[in-house]
Amino acid sequence: MNHAPRNLFCSSVGKKYLMAGTGAAMVLFVIGHMAGNLQMFLGPEAINRYGHFLQSNVELLWPVRLSLLAIISVHIWSAAKLTQENRAARPSAYEQWQPTAASYASRTMLMSGIIVGIFIVYHLLHYTVMVKAVNFAGTDFHSLTDPEHRHDIYRMVVIGFQQPLVSLFYIVGVGLLCLHLSHGMSAMFQSLGWKNRACGPCLDRAARWGAVVIFLGYVSIPISILLRLIQ
Amino acid sequence: MNLTLKVWRQKDARSQGRLETYQAANVLADMSFLEMLDVVNEELIAKGGEPIAFDSDCREGICGTCSMMINGIAHGGLRGTTVCQLHMRHFHDGDTIVIEPWRARAFPVIKDLVTDRGAFDRIIQAGGFVSVNTGGTPDANALPVGKTEADRAMDAAACIGCGACVAACKNASAMLFVSAKVSHLASLPQGRAERERRVLNMVRVMDESGFGNCTVTGSCEAVCPKEISLDFIAQMNREYGQAILKNSGPRQSKGGD
Repeated sequence: MNHAPRNLFCSSVGKKYLMAGTGAAMVLFVIGHMAGNLQMFLGPEAINRYGHFLQSNVELLWPVRLSLLAIISVHIWSAAKLTQENRAARPSAYEQWQPTAASYASRTMLMSGIIVGIFIVYHLLHYTVMVKAVNFAGTDFHSLTDPEHRHDIYRMVVIGFQQPLVSLFYIVGVGLLCLHLSHGMSAMFQSLGWKNRACGPCLDRAARWGAVVIFLGYVSIPISILLRLIQ
Repeated sequence: MNLTLKVWRQKDARSQGRLETYQAANVLADMSFLEMLDVVNEELIAKGGEPIAFDSDCREGICGTCSMMINGIAHGGLRGTTVCQLHMRHFHDGDTIVIEPWRARAFPVIKDLVTDRGAFDRIIQAGGFVSVNTGGTPDANALPVGKTEADRAMDAAACIGCGACVAACKNASAMLFVSAKVSHLASLPQGRAERERRVLNMVRVMDESGFGNCTVTGSCEAVCPKEISLDFIAQMNREYGQAILKNSGPRQSKGGD
C-alpha cells in the first residue's frame, strides 16, 4: 500500500511547505530590492545606472518578474486554502477567548498579508507602470530622463516621496510587511522542519531584528526625502 | 470565597447551547476546580436541577480527561496544569469565571462541557503504535537506546491527549498532539521501522478529521499541561518531508497493511 498523499500540496503540512518556500523566496527578493534601493544615498548616477542595468536586460528581467508573480500567486493560493480550512475547523466561536503566548504578528498574518498585497499593487502602479494618476505629483514619470538619456529613477523617487501621503502609505505598507516578516521569517524554518530547541530562540530573534533592519532600510529613503536630506 | 460562574449549558449535540449563570458559595481555597464544580452540582441536584456535565477521571493530572476553557484559556492558564490540578486558591472572592467546552469541528460537544475527542483516537489508530511480532519477551537491553533519544522520546510521550492544544489554537490545529506522537515513536528504534507510513497516515487522518493548520503562534505549547515543545511540530514537518521523498510514486506491495 502506498501511504503518500495523492497530492502533497493538498495536505496541511504540504501547504505549509509551499507557504514557507514561497515566503523564503520573497524574503530574498525583499532584501535584494532593499539593497538596490539604498543606492539612492549614492546619488543619481548609481541608482540610474543600476536601474538601466535591470531594465535593459530583458532576458533576465521578465523571467524574474514572471517567477515572482508565480511565487506570490502560490503564496496567496495556499494562504487562502489554509485560512478557509482554519475557519472551518472552529465553526462556533468561544464566548470568551484569550490568546495565550501568541504574538501579535502571528495572529494577524492574514490581515498584514492582505494589506501588504494592496500596497504592492499600488507600489507597482506608482513606480513600475508609472501611472500618472496615482503619483499625486502631477509629473509624468515616463518623461524623466537623465543627461545620459537613461530613465531618471533618482528624480522619480524624490518627486514621488515628496508627497507626504504617498510616503506615509509607503511607510505603513513596509511596516506591515516587516510585521509579517517578523513572524514569517522564523516560522518558515518551523514549517520546513528546520528548527529545533538549540537554534529556535536564535531564529526567532534573528527574524525580529531582521524585520527591524529591513524596515529601517526601506523607510530611510522616504524619510530622507521628506527631511530634504536627499533632493 | 463566593464566585459567579458562567457555564456553557448544552442539552445534547444537536441543541443550541448558551452560558448560564450560577453562584458558587463558600468555596474553599484548597478545593480543586473540579471539586468546586462538584459542590455546585450537588446544590443543583438538591434543588432538582440538571447537574453540569464535565469530563474527569484520574483527578491527579495524568489522564487527560478533564477539559474546559476557563476565562478563555484552556485548563485555566496555570502553566503545566490540568483543570483537576488547578486549585481555587488561584481565584479571588467575587470573581466571575466563564467555563466553556473545547471548541473545534473535530471535537463536537456532546453535552455541556463534554466533547467527543474520538478524532484523537482515530489519529492514533492510523499510526500511533509500533507493530511487534509475537514471540518471547525480548531482553530489556537487546535494543540499546541512547540517553538523549530516550529523554527526547519521553518528553514527547508525556502528551496525555487532552486536546488543550486544539482548544487553544486559533486554527483548532492538532499539530502539537500529532507531532508528539510521531516524534515519540520516531525517536526510538522500535518505532523506526514504520516511521514513514506513521507520519503520512497520522497527518492524513488529522487532515480528514477537520483540524486546522499550524500558524506557529505557540499557544498550544503555552497551555499544554505536559509542556510539550513546539520543537516536535518541526520534527514532524521534517519527518513528513522525508517520508514523502522515500515514499514517492505509487507502488504495490504484496502484503496488505
